[in-house]
Amino acid sequence: MVDYEQLLSDRVKEVKPSGIRKFFDVVATMPDAISLGVGEPDFETPWQIRRAGIQSLEKGQTFYTSNWGLAELRRQIAALTRRKYQLCYDADKEILVTVGGSEAIDNTIRALVNPGEEVLIPEPSFVCYTPLTQMAGGVPVPLPTRVEDQFKLTADALRAAITPRTKLLILPYPNNPTGAIMTRDELEAIAAVLRDTNIIVLSDEIYCSLTYGKDPHVCFAELPGMQERTIVVDGFSKSYAMTGWRLGWAMGPKELMRHICKVHQFGIMSAPTTAQFAGIEAIRSGEDDIERMRTQYDIRRRYLLGELRSMGLACFEPQGAFYMFPSITSTGLSCEEFCERLLKEQKVAVVPGSAFGASGEGHVRISYSYSMSHLREACFRMRKFLQSLS
Amino acid sequence: MENPEKLLDLLSQDARLTPAQLAAMTGASEEEVTDALRTFEKNSTILGYKTVIDWDKTAKESVTALIEVKITPQKGMGFDEIARQIYSHHQVESVYLMSGGFDLTVIIKDRSMREVARFVSEQLAPMENVLSTGTHFILKKYKDYGVEFDPSDNDKREVMIAW
Repeated sequence: MVDYEQLLSDRVKEVKPSGIRKFFDVVATMPDAISLGVGEPDFETPWQIRRAGIQSLEKGQTFYTSNWGLAELRRQIAALTRRKYQLCYDADKEILVTVGGSEAIDNTIRALVNPGEEVLIPEPSFVCYTPLTQMAGGVPVPLPTRVEDQFKLTADALRAAITPRTKLLILPYPNNPTGAIMTRDELEAIAAVLRDTNIIVLSDEIYCSLTYGKDPHVCFAELPGMQERTIVVDGFSKSYAMTGWRLGWAMGPKELMRHICKVHQFGIMSAPTTAQFAGIEAIRSGEDDIERMRTQYDIRRRYLLGELRSMGLACFEPQGAFYMFPSITSTGLSCEEFCERLLKEQKVAVVPGSAFGASGEGHVRISYSYSMSHLREACFRMRKFLQSLS
Repeated sequence: MENPEKLLDLLSQDARLTPAQLAAMTGASEEEVTDALRTFEKNSTILGYKTVIDWDKTAKESVTALIEVKITPQKGMGFDEIARQIYSHHQVESVYLMSGGFDLTVIIKDRSMREVARFVSEQLAPMENVLSTGTHFILKKYKDYGVEFDPSDNDKREVMIAW
């Protein structure tokens, strides 16, 4: 008998299975269950972007690209960054095209973190930072954020967490699962803490196109002195509804990007060529599509917020991404119990907040990346569930 | 309220939205929404609220036809008056003045093809100004008023461990 447990690496064994999965395994067995759990756009990729991918195949563009990605795509990303943030990146040495934002996060952590070094991770947040840090041998240090602070990272919390072993700060804003964003002033307070340190920032800005307030998203590298210590991660998945194409990028100082590209070139070689051709078209012509989808998300966001509050759930008004993160403590249930019972009794699947870090307890994540009629039916069922509890 | 026409966009997609929901979705107060809707109704911007029904799923038999009508406008009697005479019939669902090869599109719904034929031959064609009619029966509706008639579950998204 092979003892498989003994064969596995300690680092992989340390990684806990995702808390999201088990709910959706149950959902799959319930044909009349409806989900508010999905974390990707419900829109199909805009047609002209799909067509660009198809045309590249018709022309026989089926080869690897440069390890860094197609030069034209990198030029487009550089131009987009200049337009949006007035930031200059060298398309040849400072922009790396990756297999989605997730690969960019993985490469960055692996290129920077030595065993035992600490990675500061504001929570609740996207579930990948902790396992990727563990697999790189680093030490994940959760920085709990609070609804009282609108789930923003505060300068005080950051200062208190910094040790001589701190290597990397993850800045996951606009945030999945809370919908929190950080304004320029709030980011400046974070930058002020970092200026006298050697800490690098991994700013995961994958939801940068989906914010709903008056002020546009601020890229962390825009702040004085921060471009030289920030790896910005962005991608096509959320902005252009291109999740399945697996295309993202990382940009940062060339001294770091050279090494981040090493991780990429040996693990991945290059991002999918078809997706890269589609990505060029996305940046060229996708602005109107982003706005069209953002308008729809905003309508749903407002609708869902109104519904949840009228059901009696305290709900922070999200300013970005496409999630609500209401508190369910008024029900007296833990978030896992809430999700299990809601699924069993009214057949609606939402994700327990604790899946996104211990500080997510007492909340559930509800995605509004669904049609209005789907949201309406889900709200009807949730209201019935909450009435049955009281 | 700011940009009340946003309400029209929302209601054109879903007429059952309540003033409270519309208020939440637009950021206006419920009272502002109610006032704006009343104004739209008073000045006939909003003319009615209807339901999109797939009648084929019911026991009720009905036929819909699209009729191309050519007319000769008479002196002192423009298209509008002729159109009015046509749309006054209860079977007529829609009447549009068209550019191009004919003048009016008339959409009529009735119990059977025989009823439609009778309407065309006995009511429409004999009208003094009607030059000719061309009747097309609608065989199947795929989409009407922006609503698909066979809404399969289009959610192609699969479950991920990490979103």
